[in-house]
Amino acid sequence: MGSNMAENHPVGFQWVMEAKLRGAKTMHVDPRFTRTSALCDSYVPIRAGSDIAFLGGIVNYIFEHERWFDEYVRHYTNAPVIIDERFEDTEDLDGLFSGFDPEKRVYDTSSWHYAGLPEQETAGERSKGQTKGEQSGHGAQAGHMSSGEPPEEDGTLQHPRCVFQILKRHFSRYTPKMVAEICGCTEEQFLEVAEAMCENSGRERTGAVVYSVGWTQHTVGVQYIRTAAIIQLLLGNIGRPGGGIMALRGHASIQGSTDMATLYNILPGYLPMPHGKEVSSLQEYLEGHGATTGRWAKFPTYSISQLKAFYGAAATKENDYCFDLLPKISGDHATYQSALDMLDGKVKGFFLFGENPGVGSANAKLQRLALASLDWLVVRDFFEIESASFWHDAAELETGELKTDEIGTEVFLLPAASHVEKDGSFTNTQRLLQWHWKAIEPPQDCRSDLSFTYHLGRRIREKLKDSTDPIDRGILALDWEYATSGEHDEPSADQVLREINGVGPDGKALSKYQELRDDGSTSCGCWIYCGAFKGEENQAARKKPRTEQGPVPSEWGWSWPSNERILYNRASADPDGKPWSERKKYVWWDEEKKEWTGLDCPDFTPDKAPDYKPPDGAEGDDAIRGDHPFVLQADGRGWLYAAAGLMDGPMPTHYEPHESPFDNLLYGQRANPTAQLLAHKKNRFNPAKDEAYPYVVTSYRLTEHHTAGAMSRNLEYLSELQPEFFIEVSPELAAERKLEHGGWATVITARTAIEARVMVTERLKPLEIQGRKLKQVGVPYHWGTRGLTTGDAGNDLYSIALDPNVHIQEVKAATCDVRAGRRPRGPALLELVASYPGYEEAASDAAR
Amino acid sequence: MQLGDGQTTYGLQIQPRMGFFTDTSVCIGCKACEVACKEWNLVPEDGLVWSGNSYDNTGELSANTWRHVAFIEQQLDDGMRWLMSSDVCKHCTHAGCLDVCPTGAITRTEFGTVVIQDDVCNGCGYCVTACPFGVISKREIDGDGGMHKCTLCYDRIEDGLEPACAKACPTKSIQFGPLHELLERAHGRLEDLHEAGVDDACLYGANEDDGVGGMGSVFLLLDEPEVYGLPPDPVDPTRNLGTIWGAAGAAAALLAVGVAFAFVGGGDD
Repeated sequence: MGSNMAENHPVGFQWVMEAKLRGAKTMHVDPRFTRTSALCDSYVPIRAGSDIAFLGGIVNYIFEHERWFDEYVRHYTNAPVIIDERFEDTEDLDGLFSGFDPEKRVYDTSSWHYAGLPEQETAGERSKGQTKGEQSGHGAQAGHMSSGEPPEEDGTLQHPRCVFQILKRHFSRYTPKMVAEICGCTEEQFLEVAEAMCENSGRERTGAVVYSVGWTQHTVGVQYIRTAAIIQLLLGNIGRPGGGIMALRGHASIQGSTDMATLYNILPGYLPMPHGKEVSSLQEYLEGHGATTGRWAKFPTYSISQLKAFYGAAATKENDYCFDLLPKISGDHATYQSALDMLDGKVKGFFLFGENPGVGSANAKLQRLALASLDWLVVRDFFEIESASFWHDAAELETGELKTDEIGTEVFLLPAASHVEKDGSFTNTQRLLQWHWKAIEPPQDCRSDLSFTYHLGRRIREKLKDSTDPIDRGILALDWEYATSGEHDEPSADQVLREINGVGPDGKALSKYQELRDDGSTSCGCWIYCGAFKGEENQAARKKPRTEQGPVPSEWGWSWPSNERILYNRASADPDGKPWSERKKYVWWDEEKKEWTGLDCPDFTPDKAPDYKPPDGAEGDDAIRGDHPFVLQADGRGWLYAAAGLMDGPMPTHYEPHESPFDNLLYGQRANPTAQLLAHKKNRFNPAKDEAYPYVVTSYRLTEHHTAGAMSRNLEYLSELQPEFFIEVSPELAAERKLEHGGWATVITARTAIEARVMVTERLKPLEIQGRKLKQVGVPYHWGTRGLTTGDAGNDLYSIALDPNVHIQEVKAATCDVRAGRRPRGPALLELVASYPGYEEAASDAAR
Repeated sequence: MQLGDGQTTYGLQIQPRMGFFTDTSVCIGCKACEVACKEWNLVPEDGLVWSGNSYDNTGELSANTWRHVAFIEQQLDDGMRWLMSSDVCKHCTHAGCLDVCPTGAITRTEFGTVVIQDDVCNGCGYCVTACPFGVISKREIDGDGGMHKCTLCYDRIEDGLEPACAKACPTKSIQFGPLHELLERAHGRLEDLHEAGVDDACLYGANEDDGVGGMGSVFLLLDEPEVYGLPPDPVDPTRNLGTIWGAAGAAAALLAVGVAFAFVGGGDD
């Protein structure tokens, strides 16, 4: 679900085909019949933006038919934990949880926590960061539990306030009939999927869920994935072979860039970025984000070792390891807010590496206008992408919204080296680091990102070397020594990986993150990558073919953490440490040797017996019981109910997309009340349920092109395979709007109107929803003004309405109108759009 | 030549006959085969024209397209079906193109495959009409003027590599190997599918008694060949040349006899 794996991850899809050949049943749930649907055993069409209703229906089905994996749920999840008596559910509050502040549109999450935890510790420091548009990153989420045990539990799962009962009540209205009415599939289609999931559960069997950006790109994206997590925990499908939730990333090494802190609010290894207003010392930072129990209890060792990797010898105990030099966040600095800040003149300069927001981001038109407001812009890419060329060819030059001689942005376009022209690693979906070597020298002035970043830093440091200004200390104190080689002084990528891996007091590469210390004697750039350079060997560069290894190919690359191929794999054994079954044997307790062993590296303390109970006052890993596999959680359990860490609720709730033609059939609350809606006159929203926008529009990619198109629209062999921008519509929509197959259509939202060729196809089926036929429009978003094949940018259509947890844009479900023929040219285009209804979010709301 | 046999060719060591098995039931329509083929063989771009014909903007095999993925959208009783299939030169046992080539540019290799030598080809185009599958055409760009088609990556397989398309195929829809092995695999896969209730699955090109003596590229299809744009009963147009010449010879002989009689009769005058 939420994934078109065959089209967007064709190489990974070979394993789905392999599983199918071995008898696995494959099912695809998606708004469109895609190449993935074509290859699966069954296909269920649903309305874009209705997935939580569908998944919630499966949760309800599991409860109704008593299909949960009882032993797994009782021992490995937080099902027995009793929740604070102040907690009120969406059942009680018509679609809201307790603690909602309608003025600020945020939750006070303290009532969501486990019952019996001390007040000031329930929400912890983390809740301070929970103002609109900010999230304090990752890190420990559970607060402080004595000896790793929640204060109140009911092992019989009968207490009305235990997680099990709360969850059961919460999803009780997600009946098959309700699923059908919200999603537009039939009850039978839904039941076939629910039953298949339940059949693949238990000691002998497992089932897996695959998702991609079809789930993340919603105002409730995080909760989509939470619902899948609940299903998989109830069915006992986490930590076991053949189970899991596969998050297919958007493109190569997105996982790696997230691990290494591509987001503004995290440091490498998902350590929270300190907030300048709230954290004044290292101690405050460590206390605020740490935990007493579980593996996050070692947070100080991860953090201080990271500071040592950043600042080297300059970081000492006396100066708090240069914590004061670490940049701090002061608000929402995520990509979309940054675009608005450019428009408002608050952001003056910008570096753009490997991204093309002028085509690929939501409201791409606003992105182009934002870039045109900068003083300077550095773009590193293979081609002159739209995000670099806007000053001479943006569509807004034609409408008069931009004028070349009035754009003050100085654009520095620097040629980048491709992955075959440099050494480095990719980290993919399964957290696997795979090394690649330079095959050829980059041509002419092309350089690797590593080279650019290193030499930029080196030159800035050179210019500042005599400065005594305190503001320059953060740059001068950095440990910036890297070996270089070759004609262009290319830094060693190997050495960078070794720095990320970390070294001990003896100067030798560390072998696991458990070796990290909080006394400054170890350094490590990213704790979860510790071990990637174990034994002074680049573990990611190992390429032993799977044909020469056992069933778990541990010697192909290296996966974080500790080369574990399946996370929380303690759960692949029963509470006594025995494999659940011979068929699903993976990691187990060796009673004779008194240690965990198996096919994979056990994700558990090696000698902790299954019957281990933490003594009073136990901390860290010692506080995790021998039958609790989820070692990162403070209570060692899989969280069916997320007591902390989320902005929009401890349990998923179906909300309509921000722009939707329908009411929420489940609650009075229509859309996510905490969605982040950015206020700007260039970011008008379509009024919900407005008849001017009768269709649902969803964006996606094609196999033949790559994301925003720079790497495919400039290549003739790819461009010829999908040589023109088109939209996909059903024959019914075509008839309604008099569209001709192969002709032109104009798609309109409150942002803008775009034109595309029309593909009329049965692959898009109208769905019967709430008594009417809903028709959907499919928009592949790869095109722009440049390259061998050009066209309007599909993402110009979308608003900036974001998930409150992770600031991801809702481009998988919005509303639109469609007209036959090409769009107007010049200022007439603006007039057309202005004739459609739209509203701006109040600026004060976004500022909150 | 029998299906699966190699043959003597210009004194080179005879090799097992190599071919393709294209299992369309696992094709995901990614077109990696098309791109890999063009990359390796330096086949030029073939026009940036949007067809509107499902996701097929390639259209057909030609001098500039040696792999072509067909997309067929079907509305069946139990829902939608989207067939995808990667087509290629069949490397026929009885290759009409080779038989009619007047310059000897088209040859059979030691692997039993059929290739056009572009430095010998004079562009006469006889092979175009001789191919029952429409695989070959003339490259009209850059002053080329020659005929081009799939070589089964002769320059790769002679070095022990598999053809670029098979190498790039992520789901093993395109398999390369000794033809007799592929045929065995194809029959096995067909049996599996029939057992699984996919009754319409059939093999194409696996019959040595067909009009081209069987093909070096065997396909597993999920519908009739016509649905994929493949001729249901392809015939090597040179197959009947012998009988045609026989008939023509007989007619000529008969004519000669008549003429002789005429002369004889004339002698009487």
